[in-house]
Amino acid sequence: MSQTTTNLLYLVTIVTFILALRFLSRPDTARIGNWIGAAGMLLAIAVTFAQSEVVSYWQIGLGMVIGGGFGAVAARRVKMTAMPQMVALFNGVGGGAAALVSWAEFHNRAPAPGNLKVDIGVAIMLSALIGAISFSGSMVAFAKLQELIQGRPITYPGQQVVNALVLGGALAAGIAIAVGGEEQWLMWVLLACASVFGVLFVLPIGGADMPVVISLLNAFTGLAAAATGFELENNVLIVSGMLVGASGTLLTLMMSRAMNRSIGNVLFGAFGQVSAGAEAAAGTDGGTVRSAGAEDVAVMLAYAHKVVFVPGYGLAVAQAQHDVRQLADLLEEKGVEVSYAIHPVAGRMPGHMNVLLAEANVPYPQLKEMDEANPEFGRTDVALVVGANDVVNPDARNNEGSPIYGMPILNVDQAETVVVLKRSMNPGFAGIENPLFYNPKTVMLFGDAKESITKLIEDVKGL
Amino acid sequence: MSHGQLLVFEVTILVLAIFLGFEVISKVPSMLHTPLMSGTNAIHGIVIVGAMLVMGLDHKDTLTTVIGFVAVVLASANVVGGFVVTDRMLEMFKRRKPERAPAADDGKPPPQQ
Repeated sequence: MSQTTTNLLYLVTIVTFILALRFLSRPDTARIGNWIGAAGMLLAIAVTFAQSEVVSYWQIGLGMVIGGGFGAVAARRVKMTAMPQMVALFNGVGGGAAALVSWAEFHNRAPAPGNLKVDIGVAIMLSALIGAISFSGSMVAFAKLQELIQGRPITYPGQQVVNALVLGGALAAGIAIAVGGEEQWLMWVLLACASVFGVLFVLPIGGADMPVVISLLNAFTGLAAAATGFELENNVLIVSGMLVGASGTLLTLMMSRAMNRSIGNVLFGAFGQVSAGAEAAAGTDGGTVRSAGAEDVAVMLAYAHKVVFVPGYGLAVAQAQHDVRQLADLLEEKGVEVSYAIHPVAGRMPGHMNVLLAEANVPYPQLKEMDEANPEFGRTDVALVVGANDVVNPDARNNEGSPIYGMPILNVDQAETVVVLKRSMNPGFAGIENPLFYNPKTVMLFGDAKESITKLIEDVKGL
Repeated sequence: MSHGQLLVFEVTILVLAIFLGFEVISKVPSMLHTPLMSGTNAIHGIVIVGAMLVMGLDHKDTLTTVIGFVAVVLASANVVGGFVVTDRMLEMFKRRKPERAPAADDGKPPPQQ
């Protein structure tokens, strides 16, 4: 196949990716969009196979069967609640692939002195650096979300200094490569330092901020892929990688804006390290917590006019989305007006709650976004908080000392009664006290969300 | 095309891609953020093309072959896993009729999942 034909077909792939992103922005076309993207990817792979300089067909095929097989099985088997860590995992392997491509390129080109032009050297440095950070960072994000390591921020004295030194080491090796140092060990130092930096960089970030981090690492992998395009002089890599880099960056900014925090604060603030002063200012000590049994809550729900469900990560952990929907149906049969208030960063990924509730076939006109939901709380009889914590914390409005001060929240405390389903009084993932639990309007229903909802269903049926 | 010209051309399309990326994404509703992230995640699996080019070269030594092979494995996992996960998410976004609620009084229990 001639170079011209190849590049024209790659252009078709680029167009399919742009269409895919466009279609993904509307619910009714999103699925087709994904398929268009997949078709474009298949085309790009076929075109690459057809290139004359590509000869090792069977080796490539074997690699694809192994990797693709793993990807397909893992993606098929994973539970809906574990989607965020799955995205982190696939993102990480993509970043790893980009880093390896630039390593191989460097290894191939370096032995002949003067072969490495500065721009190629810069591209190799960037894709190795960013790809390796994305790889190891995503693996830590995966481990945190899978609860293989603790989700809370891991901090130690001198952390920023250590991080800076490790990143400095990676950059120094990278710059040496970029200016023409063609020693292989430079690449090893670069990859090692960048991988260590990826780990150190994600460790101090709390589980509640993982959505922002995964989104950022997603953008990183895109950038790394674009950089490999410069090494290989390949347009489809440059454009597709950069599309992901740009859109991922925008998404990251949109998400940190939704939390009313700067991206720097998310990444370097070791969020969740509450100062003693802030905790005292919260005024939670001395307050009392009211807890109730399922039967009392069932009565409240059944005789309400309007009930709003407020789901959070606890819903995902307990896999309670089907039960919630069943309870909602039951209440609707009794004439109760039911809706769901979705905070943009509830759960571990933006839109996490929408996906879960959609899985349980909740009709999506019932899902209200924050701006739509907040004015409704004033005329709501019962706000049922299922495993959400920080996104309903009134300290975000009232307590300047709180680390989440200024974050827009769901104003559940404006409802007549608030029922909070929670496993225990432990503070949430971010480790921040929540005065909502001490509010006289609030009733706590302790226990696993799924069990509690199941009890509520039985009790409502019995009324 | 000289190397310099090629580089300028590549940088040009890179910059255009940045604007395009911002433009295409700026209108996505937050409910689709998860599938969107997952979809873009699948798209950067395009690095598989790079892995294939590195792996497929005729003149190469064992180390390049091994690195290239691992890169192909990782990139394939990214591509296949990325698209399949996205599809599974989007499968659940079927539009449902809003008039479902009144139909519930036919005495049948709500469908079990």
